Amino acid sequence: MTLKVNLITGRTIDQGVTIENKTSSDYQEATAYCELNSKNLEILGKPGSNVRVKTRYGDVVVKLKENNGNPDSIAFIPMGPWANAVVDPDTRGCGMPGFKGIPAEIEVTKDKILLMKELIARYK
Amino acid sequence: MELLIKNGSVYDPVNGIKGDRTDISIRDGKIVDKVSSSASVIDAGGRVVMAGGVDAHSHIAGAKVNMGRIMRPEDTRLGIKPRTKITRPCTGYTVPNVYAMGYRYAQMGYTTVFEAAQAIMKARHTHEELEEIPIIDKGALTLFGSNWPTMDFVREKNMDKLAAYVAWGLLASRGFGIKCVNPGGGEMWGFGKNVTGLDDVVPNFEVTPREIIVSLMKVNETLKLPHSVHLHCNNLGKPGNYRTTLASMELADQVRARKDRQVLHVTHVTFNCWGGTNWGDFESKADEIANYLNNCDNVTTDMGQLIFGSATTMTADGPVQYANAKLLHAKWANGDVELEDASGVVPIFYAKQVSIHAIMWAMGLELALLTKDPYKVLLTTDHPNGGPFVNYPEVIALLMSNKKRQEEIKTLHALVNDRTKIPGITRELDFNDIAVMTRVGTAKVLGLLDTKGHLGAGSDADLSIYDIIPDQIDPSIEHAKIKSAFSSAAYTIKGGEIVVKDGEITATPAGRTYWVDATVPEEQTEIMMKDIRHKFKNYYSMNLANYAVQDEYVTHPEVIKAGAIPVEVS
Amino acid sequence: MTTEITDALCPFCGCNCDDITVVVDNNRITGVKHACRVGTAKIMGHHRIETPMMRADKKSEFKKVSYDEAIEGAARMLAMSKRPLLYGWASALCEVHKKGILLAEEMGAIIDNTATVCHGPSTLAVHEKGLPSSTLGQIKNRADVVVFWGSNPVHAHPRHMGRYSVFTKGFFQEKGRRGRKVIVVDVRKTETASMADEFVQVQQGSDYLVISAMRAILSGHADVVPDSAGGVQKEQLVKLVDTLKGAKFCGIFFGMGLTQSISRYKNIDNAISLTTELNSFTKCVIMPMRGHYNVAGFGQVCSWETGFATAVDFARGAPYYNPGETAANDLLMRKETDAAMIIAGDAGAHFPADSVRHLAKIPVVQIDPYWNATTEVSNIVIPVAVCGIEVEGTAYRMDGVSLRYRKMIEPTLSTDVEVLERITERVKELRGV
Ligand code: SF4
Ligand SMILES: [Zn+2]
Repeated sequence: MTLKVNLITGRTIDQGVTIENKTSSDYQEATAYCELNSKNLEILGKPGSNVRVKTRYGDVVVKLKENNGNPDSIAFIPMGPWANAVVDPDTRGCGMPGFKGIPAEIEVTKDKILLMKELIARYK
Repeated sequence: MELLIKNGSVYDPVNGIKGDRTDISIRDGKIVDKVSSSASVIDAGGRVVMAGGVDAHSHIAGAKVNMGRIMRPEDTRLGIKPRTKITRPCTGYTVPNVYAMGYRYAQMGYTTVFEAAQAIMKARHTHEELEEIPIIDKGALTLFGSNWPTMDFVREKNMDKLAAYVAWGLLASRGFGIKCVNPGGGEMWGFGKNVTGLDDVVPNFEVTPREIIVSLMKVNETLKLPHSVHLHCNNLGKPGNYRTTLASMELADQVRARKDRQVLHVTHVTFNCWGGTNWGDFESKADEIANYLNNCDNVTTDMGQLIFGSATTMTADGPVQYANAKLLHAKWANGDVELEDASGVVPIFYAKQVSIHAIMWAMGLELALLTKDPYKVLLTTDHPNGGPFVNYPEVIALLMSNKKRQEEIKTLHALVNDRTKIPGITRELDFNDIAVMTRVGTAKVLGLLDTKGHLGAGSDADLSIYDIIPDQIDPSIEHAKIKSAFSSAAYTIKGGEIVVKDGEITATPAGRTYWVDATVPEEQTEIMMKDIRHKFKNYYSMNLANYAVQDEYVTHPEVIKAGAIPVEVS
Repeated sequence: MTTEITDALCPFCGCNCDDITVVVDNNRITGVKHACRVGTAKIMGHHRIETPMMRADKKSEFKKVSYDEAIEGAARMLAMSKRPLLYGWASALCEVHKKGILLAEEMGAIIDNTATVCHGPSTLAVHEKGLPSSTLGQIKNRADVVVFWGSNPVHAHPRHMGRYSVFTKGFFQEKGRRGRKVIVVDVRKTETASMADEFVQVQQGSDYLVISAMRAILSGHADVVPDSAGGVQKEQLVKLVDTLKGAKFCGIFFGMGLTQSISRYKNIDNAISLTTELNSFTKCVIMPMRGHYNVAGFGQVCSWETGFATAVDFARGAPYYNPGETAANDLLMRKETDAAMIIAGDAGAHFPADSVRHLAKIPVVQIDPYWNATTEVSNIVIPVAVCGIEVEGTAYRMDGVSLRYRKMIEPTLSTDVEVLERITERVKELRGV
């Protein structure tokens, strides 16, 4: 099952707490997930399961999380290397890439979430 | 290090030298009576020699100046100059970067410049920039006119507390003197309102601008501060405001100076000598201000001369800036500072064919030419409000040449003829007058005449040589030469070091920062601090312990001692 | 021996809280009082990089080296570069920024800071419209209406509402929270939104539309506004505009909800116009919620030194500025940068994959206390003391108030300033100037 969403990324307090500790599992816990409201989430599976988020710009495996503050079809990933694997690099002539409002597809996956080190290693 | 400037036509009004061929001797950064035969020699070849220029009112550093840069990249893109082996890169016209500030002043022969307004809470920022302005000596006036403690103590009629607060505020801001901008109006702008005259009551504080001005003048004298209260009048920017200005000047009579200087300096008169009742009948009343000055000896002023072209207005007068932005449909920055004052930044373009601008152009000149004593009108453009300071040579040329003025008038909106007196004024200032308006007068107004503004022994060895031989030039006719010579000093010497030669920067020593350490009896400070502590506990958004400017931000201090109790000189 | 440092400053977010108490025991921080969770985590400290490291091949492991070797390597790398980028700066003090700008000048490099992925577009909007703003104490003492637009202080600036904007009492706001109306405009119902008196839910990417509708209503043209704009009912917008107009003092705080969504700086441009226009009815100010504690400071220093706030290109010897051309991601995406120094900011974690891919291909030197995603793409890593904890100096709060950070403990590593000075000296020698 694939869910089409509009992806946004942003800060969270746990992302902030762990930001200077990026090699830790706490940082991964705090940033390598994707939030959907329960209605959207049910289509895919249970909170805690792994999903692959795909955009024109890349794909990344993160954990599914529930947040009923999200309207329908809005997915949220905390800012960080996992989110940035799939954001829109175009700065539209003003220096700022597209960190919010990226069309994305989400599907359940058995693949594991890459560690920060492994994720960045993909770029080398 | 010894240096001898030979054969200059020296203009040093304080020491009675009016263009006479005089040698100037310099040793270890000071002017001395004579030097040994091993001194290096500069032959001035009969050219004009003056003390280094002193500017008592310019916006060169701090939050609003930087806001001007941030909101005006189009201005930064003017005047760009790559770095050289000696200089850092320069940018900007109305809001130059810190390096250009220092270099350009020095290139005009100026060696001392005072920033005209800093809120105490943002003084650290002012000093961060001052520290990076090369070459010139500098200082900053501190805003007191709308501060809550000021208004509280004025309401309580407790001048001891007010004096203690001013002394503490100068220390906390490493400030040089009392600046008072649209007194009371800064507080009212907190809720988008303003005072309309000297007798409006500021809500919640129950004081009037009149009371604030008089009280600040009183404590200024109690503290024997080097400078007087420096006032930006209420109602600035409104037609008819010359009445408020005159009424404010009259307040000086209520206070006696404790030093040999004015008790009140009214600044940038171009913006507050306005007649008329609206933009339609707008006219100059600079003559009324000049007339007042001709009959008083306790008030000084500066021109705030308008320069056609681009300017950036910036002032603690928040409401006037909002009005400007609305009138001009211009971009607007506002910068209220909690418990202290307001501020705003708005770009403007002064056009010759806009009647208001043409009339304003005349005002500064009228003031300077109709006031008999040049000591009472300093040369400023209220940089960058009336225009950038690099235009001082243009102003000098205008003051020295009626021909230039008449040529200029022909290019302006015709109302300049009807609404100002400038077309009929034939007076032409001489080099001596110019030396007063740009050196001695400013130094005297600031209270720095001991070491600045003149060339007597003991004075700082700050001086400039201009490529003009006085008896070979008629400034009235050859005004273009005057302008070009004052734009680009043949030599600027700062603290005995040659910093400019033939208009080019040759060295970039760090200048000093003047601030005033005024003492008051300790008990008085303690009583006052109870109120201050209460304000920090409840109203400020930062802690008292982090408020005052630390020594790290004033690495070349020049501390002037003042105070209410006799100070021991060690 | 245990000592307490009071009135210490938190070097994490743009609130720059200056009321922190830090307990120090034998040059170790053992306790932090008054800070939020995020601030406490930063001050208490994390794993640190302990020694400089180098590697020729980014796929191999790092080798520990001396500071001398690392600095020599960094200087050589930078001196050889034709189009170097010096990026980061947000978690460093102004004293570091000054050294960075000087190095950029010496090399003809491009210097850019993390605002480029944060409030860079806000600066572009300020170029267009200015910025009617104030210090935070004005909000504390006066604001009866507070708007958070695309910003989520509960998460990003945890003490903002407590210290400055919502719960705190002030001179004209002696009731604190009860005296203030709090409005949150956001795409998601965030924790901040849950605490608001009014939540305005906009459709993602429609902020520009919503602000335009509000401006139309404010100027008396409600008739041109459709029944719903950007997902918000007209009725709610009319009510919202009434609330803002009726305020005694209104403070608008905006975040990356505006700067990062599709219209970028145009959102802010529009919001600033709305603020300016509201001043015909009330007092209204607007302020960007700056992220890192000194991202604002870089903008200040860079402005007074170069005239431009960020993204300054020194290739011509004089400052040149054109975000979209000279901002870090533009350069990396165009593969124009041929060597990078990343300092006090983590491009590896916070840039899009394409940019990181280019960083992975070019020589990179990192200067940072912590191991992060940038470390993974670096050739040379120079660890430094933590600014604001082990190094004192200046930072600018989100409202432009400068503050002096205290030193809490003695550093055991070189400072950013020392490292930059040494690199600059060596670069000058190598370039023969
Ligand atoms: S709100 Fe920000 S500055 Fe204040 S303690 Fe938390 S992280 Fe530090
Ligand atoms: Zn001024």
